[in-house]
Amino acid sequence: MWTIAVIALNTFRENLRDKILYNLLLFAVFLIGASTVLTKLTILEHGKIVLDAGLAAINMVGVVIAIFVGIGLVSKEIERRTIYTIIARPIRRLDFLLGKYFGLVTTLTVNVGVMLLVYLAVLWFHHLPLHASLIQAVQLMFVEMLIVIATALLFSTFSTPSLSAMFTIGLYVVGHLISDLRGIAEKSSSDVMKIVMTALYYICPNLEMLNIKGQAAAGVSVMLSYQALATAYGLFYSGLLLAVACLVFERRDF
Amino acid sequence: MLSRLVKGNDDMKAISIENLTKTYRAGWPGSPTITALAGLSLSVQAGEIYGFLGPNGAGKTTTLKILIGLMRASKGNAVVLGSPAGDVKTHRRIGFLPESPYFYDYLTAEEFLGFYGRLAGMSHASLSQRITDMLQTVGLTEARTRQLRKFSKGMLQRIGLAQALIHDPELVILDEPMSGLDPIGRKQVRDVILSLRERGKTVFFSSHILPDVEMICDRVGIIRNGELLAEGTVDELVHRDHTHSVEVVCEGLDGKSLDGIRGVASRLIQRGRQCLIVLPNQDCVGKVLAEVTDHRGRLISVTPQKRSLEELFLEPGEGLGNTRVLPCGP
Repeated sequence: MWTIAVIALNTFRENLRDKILYNLLLFAVFLIGASTVLTKLTILEHGKIVLDAGLAAINMVGVVIAIFVGIGLVSKEIERRTIYTIIARPIRRLDFLLGKYFGLVTTLTVNVGVMLLVYLAVLWFHHLPLHASLIQAVQLMFVEMLIVIATALLFSTFSTPSLSAMFTIGLYVVGHLISDLRGIAEKSSSDVMKIVMTALYYICPNLEMLNIKGQAAAGVSVMLSYQALATAYGLFYSGLLLAVACLVFERRDF
Repeated sequence: MLSRLVKGNDDMKAISIENLTKTYRAGWPGSPTITALAGLSLSVQAGEIYGFLGPNGAGKTTTLKILIGLMRASKGNAVVLGSPAGDVKTHRRIGFLPESPYFYDYLTAEEFLGFYGRLAGMSHASLSQRITDMLQTVGLTEARTRQLRKFSKGMLQRIGLAQALIHDPELVILDEPMSGLDPIGRKQVRDVILSLRERGKTVFFSSHILPDVEMICDRVGIIRNGELLAEGTVDELVHRDHTHSVEVVCEGLDGKSLDGIRGVASRLIQRGRQCLIVLPNQDCVGKVLAEVTDHRGRLISVTPQKRSLEELFLEPGEGLGNTRVLPCGP
């Protein structure tokens, strides 16, 4: 547990010194700028546009960081051979992997937390309603980011950063089109297509389950039971990906 | 087999390697298999400095990686400090410096050593003083708060050595610790290694820099193509009788009188009146001395040449036990 915390803290420190949190400044500038411009340009429903744009920006920034920092979590350590001196310490490979994961989770927690505060401040400044649904939406986005980090981490244990990025982005896109996969499987006349699409439907994460941005911007909350179920699903799926990543990582030579 | 090796392990052995083999595929499944280690066996006694020599690609780094747990052996056993190689708990007692290390360059020297110390389970209180001591030992006190990205190659090597020693390990495994260092840096590393021996630590290191190995090692192992060619003290290896050459210097011999000597000499160089005759072994000395006397030459010196570690290192691959002995002429 101690070693996981030491690795996580070092990963967080690396993210800070790589200036990843600079994106917060860009986010703030974008949100304040966009809300000011939209307020002047749109005649009707400018509030709804600011609400939507803010949530979308939080989601996009978080997912981009999760993918592009996540794919380098392990592969960079292997490529630069920093992993040699870490494995030589009294630390299990599993602990190293979890440390890297929680390091990036900490970075994203700070990121998403600050983005949410800036977002709420902008809404308050424009006298827009601060619905509880917005918090729900951001919380589920964060769960989605946990899945994305675990996916990137899994691929980075055995693949190159560019391939890991492609796989992770692919899984992210498929995860948002999960209901379409079932539709394709049902309508397809090809047995192979049916099998492939059905397999993908069951294997890929259902990220749409974690996407409530539209209704949150309209001020409609989801039931707490749904939020809990979706969170549990996301955590379970992340855990599964991490378990596979640990298995792969445990077996490999450096 | 492994349990026998672990239980029956002599307490004095820090490392025991038995028939270690490592094969792997160069690429995709179906591609040819490469043998990095082919039944390597060696042992390192506790408290000694063991130099592990071999040309590039001989299997030195692979051996070290298996000992540390970065790789798994295909066959054979490796026992480190009484536990199977790769045992995480034993790592608390081991320090490791990889070849051409690259470290977290966003950390300062102080943060860097603190990170590795904490990973080894050191407390905050003991770490602070230890960091100061280690920075002093490797001559980097001035660079305490400098980020590693601003370090030179030699400084990186030295801070790497400090991270390997921060938790005061019993066994220190170093992969090419002198590479990239200037003579002053090499001396500093040599001094650190010697001070480790004085404190009863075991040092197992690979190197290309043979004078350093000759200078500080208690024992040496030479590896080529994944096999151990020779193992012993430096003296044992360089004093094998059948491998000596002998240099005879004489004067007053002309071309014709040298004809009889040419047959037994492996090299013959004439410089003015003096003549240097290199003989492959001591058996030929009598014949040469007789020729010098017969042709009224004057003997200046007869010097048995101690074989250097470099010659052993460069010797063709049949193995040192089968070192070819040149015949003593007609």
